[in-house]
Parts: sequence; structure tokens; C-alpha cells
Amino acid sequence: MLTGRPRVFLESRHLGKQVSTREGTLALLNDINFTINAGTSVAILGASGSGKTTLLGLLAGLDTPTQGEVIIDNHNLNDFDEDGRAALRAEMVGFVFQNFQLLLGLTALENVMLPLELAQAPHPRKTAEELLKRVGLGERIHHYPNQLSGGEQQRCAIARAFSTQPRCLFADEPTGNLDSETGKRIIDLLFELNVEQGTTLIVATHDAKLSQLCEQRLRLDAGQLVTNDLTLGVADTAHE
Amino acid sequence: MSKVRPDKGFLFLWKNSWRMLRRDWSGGELNILAIGLVIAVTSITAVGFFTDRIERGLNLQSAELIGADLVITSANPAVNNYIEGVRANELQVATTQQFRSVAIGNNQPQLVEVKAVSEAYPLRGVLRVSDTPFGADEATIDTPSPGDVWVDARFLQLLKLEMGDTITLGASTFTLRKVLRFEPDRGGDLFSIAPRVLMNYADVEATGLIGVGALVSYRLLISGLPEDIENYQQTISNKLRVGERILTLEEGRPELNIALDRARQFLGLAALISVLLAGVAVATVAYRFASRHLDTSAMLRCLGASQKTIIRLFGMEMLWLALLASTVGCLLGVLTQFVITELLDQLLIAKLPPPSFKAVFLGYATGIVMLIGFALPPLLSLRGVPPLRVLRKDIGVPAVSSWFVYLAVVVCMSLLLYWQIGDLKLVGIVLGGIIVTLMLLAFAAYLLILLLNRLRGRVGVAWRFGLSNISRRPASSIIQIVAFGLGITVLLLLSAVRSDLLDNWQRSLPPDAPNHFVINVQPNQVEGVSAFFKKRGVANTQLYPMVRARMVKVNGNSVRTTDYDNARAKRMITREFNLSWAENMQADNKLASGRWWSRQDFGRPLLSLEAKLSATLGLQLNDVVSYDVNGTVIDFTLINLRNIEWDTFNINFFTVVAPGVLEQYPANWVTSVYLNPEQRQELGQLVSEFPNVTLIDVEVIMQRVRDIMDRVSLAVEFISLFTLMAGLAVLYAAIQSNQDERRFENAVLRTLGASRKTLMMGLFAEFTLLGALSGLLAGLSATSLAWLLAKTVFIFEYSFDLGVVFIGVVSGTVIVVIAGLLGTRSVLAMPPIQSLRGGHP
Repeated sequence: MLTGRPRVFLESRHLGKQVSTREGTLALLNDINFTINAGTSVAILGASGSGKTTLLGLLAGLDTPTQGEVIIDNHNLNDFDEDGRAALRAEMVGFVFQNFQLLLGLTALENVMLPLELAQAPHPRKTAEELLKRVGLGERIHHYPNQLSGGEQQRCAIARAFSTQPRCLFADEPTGNLDSETGKRIIDLLFELNVEQGTTLIVATHDAKLSQLCEQRLRLDAGQLVTNDLTLGVADTAHE
Repeated sequence: MSKVRPDKGFLFLWKNSWRMLRRDWSGGELNILAIGLVIAVTSITAVGFFTDRIERGLNLQSAELIGADLVITSANPAVNNYIEGVRANELQVATTQQFRSVAIGNNQPQLVEVKAVSEAYPLRGVLRVSDTPFGADEATIDTPSPGDVWVDARFLQLLKLEMGDTITLGASTFTLRKVLRFEPDRGGDLFSIAPRVLMNYADVEATGLIGVGALVSYRLLISGLPEDIENYQQTISNKLRVGERILTLEEGRPELNIALDRARQFLGLAALISVLLAGVAVATVAYRFASRHLDTSAMLRCLGASQKTIIRLFGMEMLWLALLASTVGCLLGVLTQFVITELLDQLLIAKLPPPSFKAVFLGYATGIVMLIGFALPPLLSLRGVPPLRVLRKDIGVPAVSSWFVYLAVVVCMSLLLYWQIGDLKLVGIVLGGIIVTLMLLAFAAYLLILLLNRLRGRVGVAWRFGLSNISRRPASSIIQIVAFGLGITVLLLLSAVRSDLLDNWQRSLPPDAPNHFVINVQPNQVEGVSAFFKKRGVANTQLYPMVRARMVKVNGNSVRTTDYDNARAKRMITREFNLSWAENMQADNKLASGRWWSRQDFGRPLLSLEAKLSATLGLQLNDVVSYDVNGTVIDFTLINLRNIEWDTFNINFFTVVAPGVLEQYPANWVTSVYLNPEQRQELGQLVSEFPNVTLIDVEVIMQRVRDIMDRVSLAVEFISLFTLMAGLAVLYAAIQSNQDERRFENAVLRTLGASRKTLMMGLFAEFTLLGALSGLLAGLSATSLAWLLAKTVFIFEYSFDLGVVFIGVVSGTVIVVIAGLLGTRSVLAMPPIQSLRGGHP
């Protein structure tokens, strides 16, 4: 399936992040370098506090680095201000969070419509309805988040993430708050949509099963990138 | 295995609640609650201190109306025996005696009211004198020297005398030294006084006028520190002998009394409003505090705390906070009022009495009642937090019925306010009005949210955010609309409406209000006097007839002083009434009950009384009141009661009868006119043309009333600064009330790619809607409240003012949008990375 020269979609160059605390400067990430090809799936692994979420935030442009730069699709994030990065996110990035982060006052449908409206996409309602049907929530589109189970909320969040057909999807511990059976179904859904839409998938996780499905594994330890493992994951084998 | 039993005693609560307070404090949880409370207590104590001092300052001023803080009157010189006792109490004392006599000047006799005064007279207020009858006057601290007298301008004109001439009183001769223009304590019946002759107390005996049986009124004037006066009054009032009585302010001048009453009402209104606003601010932040503590409660429940323990812990924590914040608030209140009184010292009352500690107690009481009262209901709901919330954050809290707690708070607050303001009607109307407004606001907010929910799908993305911001947080939107609305209502009441009320009040005494009373005009002089004024361009020269009569029977029963407990009533029935007649009711009178007479009633003995007088005498509509008019008893039927605006300085009568009944009896005619300085110069001509006519100059009293109006207006303006502060606290609190939710939502929206502009537009749309709606409702309720206040408390004319509604909408929108956008800056600045880190608030 991998034909031609793979195109680099995302690049991290000497990426570092420090924060000031009462006890002095604390390094969260140190000199992180790697590249991610378009359309691949990547797992960021590591123990709690190793810097997974920090790295994910920097890659997605949710936060700014202290050193180094992130290049997404030939755009250097350092060249953009927060609004510019927001526009970039609206255009090409989707998110799935551990805590789902659905807006409680909006229905499932409205939550999914939100990024479509922000990107001023045509027919946001129709697209959102179709996606909700796709993730199996067709009957529950007018339900509010607290009327949905954890798995249903995450499915809704996935529908929201894919609604704008992002070129890259960031997921932060997407199965962290779910039981293993529900988690497995969520992983399947994520990878199915990844393949369907040709999205680059970047997942921060410590779920070994999930990481095995990814083509590339970045392992962090105390803010350092310790391995960048490019062996083919199970998913690729399965799809070959 | 022994069971561990946690110690839930007082020590446990004491220690743990204090610990919780410290933790919440360093965690920044209590900042807003503490700030709200400190603003509340500061404004309450500052207003309390200030109004207390102003009020006592005004009382001091009003003491001038009796020339002292305390006056004992008697017909017996033995009243002077108290002097030593008064001095022993470290109080100042002065003595006066008054009697009628005949003075001879230019070989003509003239009935005069002689007043002999000791050197210290007057103890409060000052005499004003001039060198020519209508020339410029000045204040003096002197009294007539032995051998001198000071007299009314009228006296000089009646006897054609000049300064330096001599007059004879009894066996003594006196030199005319000054024209007496104003004596602070010259109260009583303006219509029946003869010209004044003021002399030295030491000269009285030599005149030989005070023989046995002479009708003399002796007065002992006393002044000193308020506490000493109060103590002395308590001691002396039990020792008074027959015929001796303590003179109260009520018997001073009704016009000034009314002005002072209104002054208190205005100050009270301003204080009342800032207290209520502060209450709203505290209530709003307390709600937020409680909702932020849902997790703490759930965790405590998980760790085995009982519902009771949780409530006690939080309750105690609140008590600590209330005590701390009240202390800070009281200190700031004291400082603020010192600074402000220093700044306004010269403008306000020359010398304010020192602050009393009433305000400190009020500050603490208010702080505690408010915090416990407003924080308790949301805290009670914490009790019901299921421990499961530790696992599932989306599990809410069962609603707790807390109306009874709020009711208790309202009752407590009302009592506190009543205690501070002392005007039940004012407190009732404002409090009732605010509660009704609150319910209307909440209901309107609810309707709006329903409506917005329908509109949600039909507007663009920014407005859609704005609309859904409101509709997806129904509870906090209602709180915000109510808080904004109440804040704007009271700010409107204080700005637009306050100036309306003050203007109305000042308009009741326009620059051309009558400044002279003309009395004793005989029936055959009515036309001449009227023509005299008309010729000199004086507007409104209508004269009113007046017949003297004594009230002898009510419903056929003779009236006796013993029938009445009320001292005023007793005096009224021993005096003669001035009965007037008129076809129409005077413009500044209002019918309180009954009906005015029509043309068919002319000639029938129908009676109209001033409402308060009728109440004092215990009379009711349709009572038959019999008057002895010049030897004939006439039975009048009381058919209506009137309210009179005494402070207009127009001629007014307690008793008016239908035309065609009293015309045949000997009448005196009276009028009141406004004379400018030039016209005043010609008064001498009036007196020589109509020698029996008496002129009374009330310009000085009017100036005092105007002074009081000005000072009170200034004080009210000042106090409204505090109310403004409290209002801003409400706005701040309302904006803060859902800040956590906003912060989370905006972080998520930014993560999903919303630009700052989109979020800003959303907030703009939201605050515009909230502000315009709150402003509309606030404008409506402010003008309704003002109308109600004007009608029932201040007794002014006031009509609904759509301008206020317009101002409400505009100012509401502008204030809420600016405050809202400023208040949510931090929300917009929130880095989107928080959406990865945080959960739902």
C-alpha cells in the first residue's frame, strides 16, 4: 500500500518546553526531533508525567514551545499567532480528548456542528447528522452529553473530530476513561475513520494494544525522546 | 477491632473549618467572595457612619430651631432653680422670659412681644441683625446690652422710629440699637404675633412689668454633648413640676421639620439601596463558591463525612470569612468616611459630631447575616452531593428547597435596615419593590431563554455562540440577568430617578416661593392691599379670610383636655383655630379622603381638615365638629381630609369650611407673597398705608430650608458613590459567576479552531442581549419604584418616565458589554492547551 516517496506531514525540530516554578525552571520537554509522514498513525508513549500531553499540545499548536519549532504541512507554527494557529486548526486538525470535552449545554448534534460552523463549512447540519449516524449515534443526535454513556460521548467526540475531514487528528488518551471493551470499539472506529479519510493520526497513550496498531511509536521518558520506532504496526499488516 | 470514631466536636469543626478557610484562601477560592463581602460591609459601614454623623449633624442644626438641645418651659420663674443642676452636669445654660406688653415710642402705644435673654442666648443657632429695617443683615453672637433693645423692622415702621431713638417699657427707657432680622427659636403661631422687642434679662426687673399674675413664659435653654443631654433629659423628665414641660423639636417650625424628615428619607434611601446591592453581589458570588465546592463535598462524603459534618464545616468556614471580611470592611468603612467627611467638611455641615459605634455593629451584623444567609442555601445543596460525583463529574446536585432560608435572610435584612433607617414604609416599599423586581427579572429571563432556544438555529455563527452561551447555561443566565437587572435598577434609581426626586423636592421651594406673610388685613383693606401688590408687579396676590373659633364639641359631646392623651391634641383644643373658607381647594393640597364641596354645598356647614391634625384629634369623616365662632356655636360636618405641603411656604389652613357660612363674622385676611429686593424696599409704604397690617419676613427660614436641601442633595450624591461601588461589585460578581464554565468552553472552542474574533463576537452578542434585556427591565422597574416612592413616601408628583427606560436599555447594554468584555478578558487569554489538561468545571 505504501507507494512512492512518503511525504513528511509534520516535523518537530529541537522542540523544548520549560516552565518556571517556585523551585526554579522545570524542563517538561528537551530537544525533541522527529518527522511524521502524511497518512500514518503515530503513538506517543510514556509514563504519566513523561511529557506526552505537553508534546501533543505543542504539535497541535495549542501551546507554544520555549525552544525549537513544529512544521505542519509546510507551515511553521512559530510564524503564527494564536488566532493564526486557531485558523490552521480549524482547517486541518481534529481532536479527541481523554475527558471527551463535549460542551454540556449543546446536544450531540450541536457539538458535532461546532467545528463545521467555525470553519464555515457548507451544510454543517447535514454533515454532522451523517457523521453521527456513521459512529452509531443516529438515534441520539438530540441528546445532551450527560444523557450519553462514556463510550457514546467519546463516539460523539470522534464524530466531532472527523467532521471537518481534518488532515491530522490528535487524540489524547482516547480510551483512558473507558472500559476495555468500549475502548476497543473506540479504537476500531478511530482507525476506520483514519483509513477512510486518509488522516494522519497522532495518539498520546499508554495503552499497549493501541500503540501496537500504530505505524510509528515515539517513547518519552522524563521529557526526552528515548525511542522513535518505525516498525510497521498491526494495523498496517492487517490492511496490507 | 476498635472502631475509629472521628471527633466531630466543636474543636474538630473549629480546627478543620479554619484549615479549610486557609486552604481555600491560598487556592484563590475565596477571593471573590471576600472582595464582594468587603465591598458590601465597607459601603454599609461608610454609609452608616456617614448618615449617622450627618443625621446627628442635622439634628444639631435642627436644635437651632429651639435655640438649644433641650428646653424646659414654665410659667413660673422657679424653673431657673434647675440652673445649678444643669451646670453641675457640665451643660451650658441660658435663660429667657417672654411676655406681652405695651411699648411707647413717638408717644404711641404698641402691643409687643418682649423677650428678655441672658448673655449665652442662643445656645444653638445665631441671631441675625441689621442697622436699617430692610438692609443687609449679619449674624451676631451678641445679645442686647443692658439699656438697649433690638426690635423688628415692623415695630420701627409702626411707630415711625429710627435706630438710636428711645422707647418706654413699664418703668424703664431703652435705646433702639439693632433691627432684629432673625431669631432661630421664634416658633409658634406666625399669625398672631406682635412685633418683637429683645432685651437683656437683667433689665426685666427694673421695668416692673412682671408682677404677680403676669403671664410670662420662662425658658431654660440647655446644650451639651448628646450623651450628657440624653442623661440629663432622662433625669429631669421625672422631676418636672406641674406646668413645666420639655419643649421638643416638633414644636419648632413645621416647614423645617418636614425638610429634615425628607433629608433622612433621602439618606435612608441611598443607604438602603447600597445594602441591597451588596446583598445581591454576595448572593451571586456565594452561589459560585458553592458550585465550585461540589467536588470537595463529594470527596469529603467519600472519605466518610456525614451530611451534617459537611454543612457544619462549610457553615463555620463561612462564619470565619464573614468575621474577617466584616472586620476589614468596617476598618475600610471608618477610613473612607473619615476621608470623605474631611473632603466635604466645609461643604456639608460645619461641624459633624464624631462617629458612633452603631455603624460598626451594623457592619458586622450585616456581614454575617448576608454571608451566612446568602451562602447557606447553596451550601445546603452541597450536603446532597452524591459521593459518586468523584467518579462521574457530570452528576449534578439535587435541588434543595431553600426558600425558607432566603425568607429568613430577607426578614433579618429588613430588621437590620429598619434599625438603620427607621422608616418602615420606605424599607417596605424598597424591599418589596426589589423582591417583585427580582421575581419579574427571573421570570423574564426564563422566557428569554426559552425564546433564544428557538432562535438558535437561525442566526450566524458568532450570534449563535452568543445565544447559545445564554441558553445553554440557563441557571447562570437567569442569575446574571437578575443580578445585572437589579444592579442597573438601583443605579437608575440613584442616578436618573434620584435627581428627579431631588429636583422635585427643590422645585417644591422655587426661587419665587412666597417670602413674606401679610396678616391682619381687615375686610375693607383687602382690595387696597391686593392693589398695592398688583401695582408693584407682585404675582398672585390672592388674600384668604380667617375667622377665629374654638372647638367646643365633637358629635355633640363637649371636648375636654382630659379626653386626650396626646399633648399636641390637648394644646390644640385650648387654642383658637383659624377657620378659612374657599370655593376650591388650594393647588398644593391633596385630598386624602372624602370629597371637596360643590356649588350646591355652599352655605352648608361643611368642614375640611388637614389629615394629620384630624388624626391627632381622633376625628373621622362625617363627625360633627362644633366651633364657637364669636359666641355662636356652629355644627360642621367633616367631609374631607387634606394633605398639605407645608414646605411650599404658601398660606395654608388646617381648617377650611364651605363658603357662605362664616362671611358674616369678623374676619382677618392673610396672604403670602414673593417680594424681590426692590419690592421689599417699598414695604414701608404698605405699613404706613395700612398701619394695622402685619408683615412677616420668612426669607431667612426659607434660606435654611434651601440650605438643608442643598446639603442633603450633596450627601446623597456622595453616598451614591458607594452604591455605585456595590453596583459594580454586582456586575463583577455576575460576570464571575460562570467564569469557570466559560473558561473551559472557550478553551475547547479555541482548540476546535475558533478565532479570538469569533469568540469575542460571541461574547459581545451575549452581553449585548443580556445588557439590553436587563436594562429594559431595570428601566421599567426603576421608574415604577420611583413613582411608588414619590407617591407614598416622599409625597411628590412623579410620572412614569419612558426616558428612564431608554436610559436603562442604553446604559444597561453599554455597561454590561464593557464590564462583560473586560471581565472575560482572562477567558479569551486562556491558552487552548487547558482543554487537554482540564475537565469540566
